[in-house]
Amino acid sequence: MRRGWAGAAAVIALTAVAAWAAPSTRPPSTGPVDEQVVHEVASQLRCVVCQSLSVADSPSETANQMRAIIRERLAAGENPEQVRAYFVAKYGDWILLSPPRSGFTLLVWVVPFVGLGIGLVLVAVAVRRWSRAPQAAAPSQIDPAVRERIRREMSQMDKP
Amino acid sequence: MIPELGYGATVAALVLALWGAAAAVMSARSGSAALLRSGERAAVGAFALITACIALMLYAFLTFDFSIQYVAINTNRGTPFYYRITALWGALEGSIVLWSWMLSIYTLIVVFQYRRRQPELYPWVLSVMLGILAFFLLVMTIPAPPFERLTPIPPDGRGLNPLLQDSGMITHPVALYLGFTGFTVPFAFAMAALIVGRTGEEWITITRRWTIIAWYFLSLGLLIGGWWSYHVLGWGGYWAWDPVENAAFMPWLTATAFLHSVMVQERRRMLKLWNLSLIILTFGLTIFGTFLTRSGIIGSVHSFTQGSIGIFFLGFLALALLGSFSLLASRMERLRAEGVLDSVVSRESMFLLNNLFLVAAAFTVFFGTVFPLLSEAVRGVKISVGAPFFNLVNIPVFLSLLFLMGVGPLIAWRRASAENLKRNFLKPVLAGFVAAAALRAVGVANGLVLTAMGLVVFVASTIALDLFRAVRARRRSGDGWSAATWGLLLRQNRRYGGFIVHLGILVVALGVAGSQAWSVQKEVTLDRGQSAELAGYHVRFDGLSASEESNHAKVTGAFTVTNGGAGGDVLHPAKKFYPQDQSPIAAVDYRLGFFEDIYVVLGDFANDGSHATIKVQVNRMVSWLWMGGFVLTLGAALAILPDARRTA
Amino acid sequence: MKASWLKWAIPAAVVPVLLLLAYGFKTNPHDIPSPLLNRPAAAFSLTTFSGAPISLESLRGSVVVLNFWASWCVPACYDEAPALERTWREYKDKGVTVVGVDVQDKEEAAREFLAKFNHSFPNAPDPKGRVSVDYGVYGVPETFFIDRQGRVRFKVVGGLTDETARHHLDALLKEPS
Repeated sequence: MRRGWAGAAAVIALTAVAAWAAPSTRPPSTGPVDEQVVHEVASQLRCVVCQSLSVADSPSETANQMRAIIRERLAAGENPEQVRAYFVAKYGDWILLSPPRSGFTLLVWVVPFVGLGIGLVLVAVAVRRWSRAPQAAAPSQIDPAVRERIRREMSQMDKP
Repeated sequence: MIPELGYGATVAALVLALWGAAAAVMSARSGSAALLRSGERAAVGAFALITACIALMLYAFLTFDFSIQYVAINTNRGTPFYYRITALWGALEGSIVLWSWMLSIYTLIVVFQYRRRQPELYPWVLSVMLGILAFFLLVMTIPAPPFERLTPIPPDGRGLNPLLQDSGMITHPVALYLGFTGFTVPFAFAMAALIVGRTGEEWITITRRWTIIAWYFLSLGLLIGGWWSYHVLGWGGYWAWDPVENAAFMPWLTATAFLHSVMVQERRRMLKLWNLSLIILTFGLTIFGTFLTRSGIIGSVHSFTQGSIGIFFLGFLALALLGSFSLLASRMERLRAEGVLDSVVSRESMFLLNNLFLVAAAFTVFFGTVFPLLSEAVRGVKISVGAPFFNLVNIPVFLSLLFLMGVGPLIAWRRASAENLKRNFLKPVLAGFVAAAALRAVGVANGLVLTAMGLVVFVASTIALDLFRAVRARRRSGDGWSAATWGLLLRQNRRYGGFIVHLGILVVALGVAGSQAWSVQKEVTLDRGQSAELAGYHVRFDGLSASEESNHAKVTGAFTVTNGGAGGDVLHPAKKFYPQDQSPIAAVDYRLGFFEDIYVVLGDFANDGSHATIKVQVNRMVSWLWMGGFVLTLGAALAILPDARRTA
Repeated sequence: MKASWLKWAIPAAVVPVLLLLAYGFKTNPHDIPSPLLNRPAAAFSLTTFSGAPISLESLRGSVVVLNFWASWCVPACYDEAPALERTWREYKDKGVTVVGVDVQDKEEAAREFLAKFNHSFPNAPDPKGRVSVDYGVYGVPETFFIDRQGRVRFKVVGGLTDETARHHLDALLKEPS
């Protein structure tokens, strides 16, 4: 019985000392949360202050606080999807650095590739048309010796 | 006194520019030399008046004349001397003055260079340039006058945005604007060529150096912007795909395409319509970039302001694009290709692909930048498009361009035989694969990085191979190695200048690939005396100190950084508190290295200095971006040298 | 022959782009609509500058004007501060509570701000930004009007004016409890 009381007193005393010594505004630097995951979630969110940076990159105070919130929520057991959904619920789709790949915004992901594809087709068509042209011109009657000389000189022109 | 003088000078310059443009047009149609000379004198007068405006503004800055609103907003009594000068272009009104001044200088150069040499095109070129100058002077007169009075006169000014109080601020806008305004000259010549009907290669040959110089300054401006972002903004990155960054990048992309496709027109007399469209598009994009920065229609960290200025720019953009494209359409018959393509496997085709990819990239960047606007217009919902999108779509395009950079210069014109291909590319291709395999063996697993590195080695090998063979051939006539190399570079300065520019791009590409793939970072809170470790660096928090500077208060941290036991270097990241500004500005401290930089940002701290939160980054290969810039400078300088005397 | 009108497609293609850009003038990229409208307002529990606790729960039943401000927010927060105090004085007996939340600020600067404007309504600091993020705050000043049932009904971005405050409060007060 006495040992139990002494033990309890020690614990209380130690806790009191620890509480007195601990700085009050320290953010948790270690925890059960993987910093990589925090960084990953933060890099998908837009910093509302810096506008073109992600929450992971931005050095602003707001981004610091948002990262702390991400850490907290992950530590509380939420998965990255839920943390993202929380921010979207508060700020709207705008907070996501990448527009969702569905609905109207799917367009932004698709159009560039479609455009590139169309471009390739156009280039192919243009190349084909421009290569076919010489057949349209009627071959004129040139003295073979002159033609040979022209051919020789033209092939020399091509050397860099 | 100053405001009235300045405003008067602005209006007078506007009137002169308008008159000069009109006189030049009238002289072109009537053949009157007197009218043309009057137009030239108007150009000189406009330049003199704009210079006077700048002198007045500088005087106001240097004498703390806070009766002028622009001075009061952008400086205060604590602003250091050189920033009082650069504050001239630190905000909207001043930036337009700088733009106008550069445009007037370029116009004068055009006057002196071409009045005798190009009598037919010259009057039209002059009128187009003076017309564009008139627009910017109009902006200076109505929506963005720099000489607005401020009453009552405040005792002290607000002060320059602290983020702009940096050496990058001195050079970045200047380089960028030299680039933007530089494209006005080829554009003006293109318009003149269309109007006059001389739609051959002439306008391209005349403006070749202008295009290279403008392109170079635009490239430099973009790189300096990246440098500024890296060492000032405190996030450790150099490019954020911010709408205004994109606005400067788009004309760079189309200008690069233009630089290449004109070579096809020069040799094969094809792509006339395409080249004219490209220069119109490039010029249009420079105006669009200015519009985007100043109209406030797309949110950006760069945006200057809102107000009616956006309407002016949109109106001018509409006029310029609709006018020039309509002119183009009306002259369509003169733009038929005179040559043909012999083979798909040829340099011409490579240039076509190069153009396709560059224009596709420009379109992607444009689409992503305006998509939020489109989404709001169609659905009423605001979304944002950020870095992940631009990176995803542009990376394959840029890798393809890297590949083309290796193939293009060496593949034969017209038709590349199998022998030509083997001779030029077998070894470089092998070298590329070997490099990628070597990296893989060393542990690099990222597919993109391997591809990028392999391509870089491939391209570098093509350049080295070509250079080696050419120098060896020259040596046969008896020169030593260095004489042969120098002689080659100077004789074929266009070609080798281009190669060196490509080399510069390679170095930049290495920097981008390496920094994206291999940089690491860590956020950590340290007690005084405590250390954190990252990638072999140990960072120990030594303490904080507070100080008062001329226009801000500062808290500086001291962090000793050691790497592998070698002597400790003390880094001093700080937080600056400017009275006129909201959140404190983080001042990063860093040590640059050839392969890696150590970079520390100060975050939260306890007022008594007992602990501090820092973000430590080890950024790899970032210095290669800046080194690439130097190589670009060398290449561009070589390319614009006057042509050496050539033997037939 | 087909090329004769087709060539005008080039300048014509520019037009839709110009129209889209012109549309941009009607919108404000910084004015992002709040997804919180007509949804239950997030609960908060803070300690005012005078040491008293304040929570949304305790204010259930009155109309709440929740204003986010900072002493470094020049000039907007300074411009709207007198309007907030006036609104409070006019409506406090009508079942309206004004609560100010100070974000990312230093305590002494905040107290100076409060003293300067003689705010008599409760103000509390939000040290870790939890409340700001809970309300999707982009910047300051922002003001939320919360009805008696605890739902966010209006959001004002930028400085609040007497007219806007009166307009929203009169509307909310007319509603049945």
